[in-house]
Amino acid sequence: MTISLLLHALEQGLIFGIMVLGVFITYKILDFPDLTVDGSFPLGAAVATKIIFSGGNPLWGTFLAIIAGSLAGIITGLLHTKLKLTNLLSGILTMTLLYSVNLRIMGRPNIPLLGKETLLEEIKIHFPNISMNYLIPFFFLFLVIILKFTLDLFFSTEIGLAIIATGDNEQMIRSLGANTDMTKIIGLCLSNALVALSGAFFSQYSGFADVNMGLGTVVAGLASVIIGISIIRIPTIFWRTIAVVIGSLVYRLIMIIALRYGYRLGFKPGDLKLISVLLVIIALSIPIIKHRIDFITSFNLGRKDLQNNQKKEV
Amino acid sequence: MLVIKGLTKYFAKNTPHEVLAINNFNLRVKKGDFITIIGSNGAGKSTLLNLIAGALQPDQGEIRLDGKIITYQPEYQRARWIGRVFQNPLLGTAPYMSIEENLALSLKRERRGLRLGLNKYLREYFRSKLSELELGLEKDLAKKVGLLSGGQRQAMTMMMATMFKPKILLLDEHTAALDPESSKKILKITEELVEERKGDLITLMVTHNMKQALELGNRTVMMDRGCNIFDIQGEERKKIDINYLLKQFSKLRKQEYIEDRMVLG
Ligand SMILES: Nc1ncnc2c1ncn2[C@@H]1O[C@H](COP(=O)(O)OP(=O)(O)O)[C@@H](O)[C@H]1O
Ligand SMILES: [Mg+2]
Repeated sequence: MTISLLLHALEQGLIFGIMVLGVFITYKILDFPDLTVDGSFPLGAAVATKIIFSGGNPLWGTFLAIIAGSLAGIITGLLHTKLKLTNLLSGILTMTLLYSVNLRIMGRPNIPLLGKETLLEEIKIHFPNISMNYLIPFFFLFLVIILKFTLDLFFSTEIGLAIIATGDNEQMIRSLGANTDMTKIIGLCLSNALVALSGAFFSQYSGFADVNMGLGTVVAGLASVIIGISIIRIPTIFWRTIAVVIGSLVYRLIMIIALRYGYRLGFKPGDLKLISVLLVIIALSIPIIKHRIDFITSFNLGRKDLQNNQKKEV
Repeated sequence: MLVIKGLTKYFAKNTPHEVLAINNFNLRVKKGDFITIIGSNGAGKSTLLNLIAGALQPDQGEIRLDGKIITYQPEYQRARWIGRVFQNPLLGTAPYMSIEENLALSLKRERRGLRLGLNKYLREYFRSKLSELELGLEKDLAKKVGLLSGGQRQAMTMMMATMFKPKILLLDEHTAALDPESSKKILKITEELVEERKGDLITLMVTHNMKQALELGNRTVMMDRGCNIFDIQGEERKKIDINYLLKQFSKLRKQEYIEDRMVLG
């Protein structure tokens, strides 16, 4: 393994880490598997790229990407809460409509940013002495840490706690005076804003936006969340937000290694999606398999406590 | 004053499975009333409480609280004045949140904003309140509620339903799922909490236990097939015992059955 490979994994892990924080909010906090992200990730990329490509301010483009992502989340939220569609269907509908919207925004399936000034180059101007190779990971590390602490703070506010409670015991929090339609919409809005921000940065980092670049975002997000929380098992928001970013780093490292060395095992680049799904399945089945093993061995050890252990993992 | 007039609720209306759960139900409740509600399974007791809390919407009728019509007000808005405890101890608390977070959620019931949900004054307050329960819950406020026993969770729910000084307290067989000891404890807590607010709280308590129904509160309502069939309070109530209640119940049921037959026949 080379330094450059690790550096790539670090950069991408952090950029996608922003998206993973978003997926964490819906999947883990709201208990809402949100498929919108397959559309809101390229939405962020499309908005930012379009503005930068037409000579606009990259900061403005990135900001508008966040707004666009929030709107996407709100649409899914409205479909789910007002029209009472299931969470999966609501996400699928928004994701699909976003495909057309993204094409409209971009005007064509692919926009390169070659020779255009992105936010990353603007930042570079302020740090002329640091090489881009180090500036990029530092910048994203800084950004992810700020986002992490902002989220931690948000989820300890009155409204943040109500959102957590919505995912934990919806009936209870409604009987305690929270409008759960509202808390769900806020959560989806926040989540997709982060996902779109991640898309906006990824397009500026990789130098292009493509209408198909969102494919598999959900699965990548889920894999990262699941890997992260099986590595760090402390169930508080403070540790969870660290865990899922670490999950994102591990996931990207696995993907980059698979891409770089996978051909020796006969893998092709097209197999990456299959690998990420396998990762999700394996990560999800570990607690179940572990429980089975505990269960079976408990008979040999006479451990009644383990036989009764029906505890769910958060 | 809580006034319920002509309240009617169907489930699965206009289908072969149609159920008339609440049938032209009337009740006037004064401030300070502690009503125990009895009735056989399926009589509509839980549905009545759900209609009062706004978890269900009626097909007909009216619910007024202090003169204001609240019949169709959403549940989350009524939560400002209504505290609830359910039969299932798992329903009243959020298992993956801590004791202090659960309590904080129950205290702030409207206009939740970006203020911090917890601070040291709240924690101090929670500690002193929890120590009154004498269950040792005050020792670790950060403990996840899912790790507590059913009795402990129900005691917490009781606290959450009363700490914010509601106008109405709705208890739906809230001791039925507990072991006898916890059940006794929760009843004691219930009496203490209601006593604290003597005079300005309306309490409706559904129970299966006839003895409880006569020992607690100042008034007893009997429900059958969605109707209020028997309502007793004051001196009259002090004179009766369980046997009288049971006899009354079968007599009224039969009478209603005959009336039904007459209408149908
Ligand atoms: N969600 C529901 N859907 C259909 N029928 C219901 C529903 N909830 C209650 N019922 C019916 O309404 C009637 C009253 O139920 P309920 O209020 O739970 O009775 P109780 O609490 O007095 O035992 C019963 O016949 C019950 O089967
Ligand atoms: Mg019931």
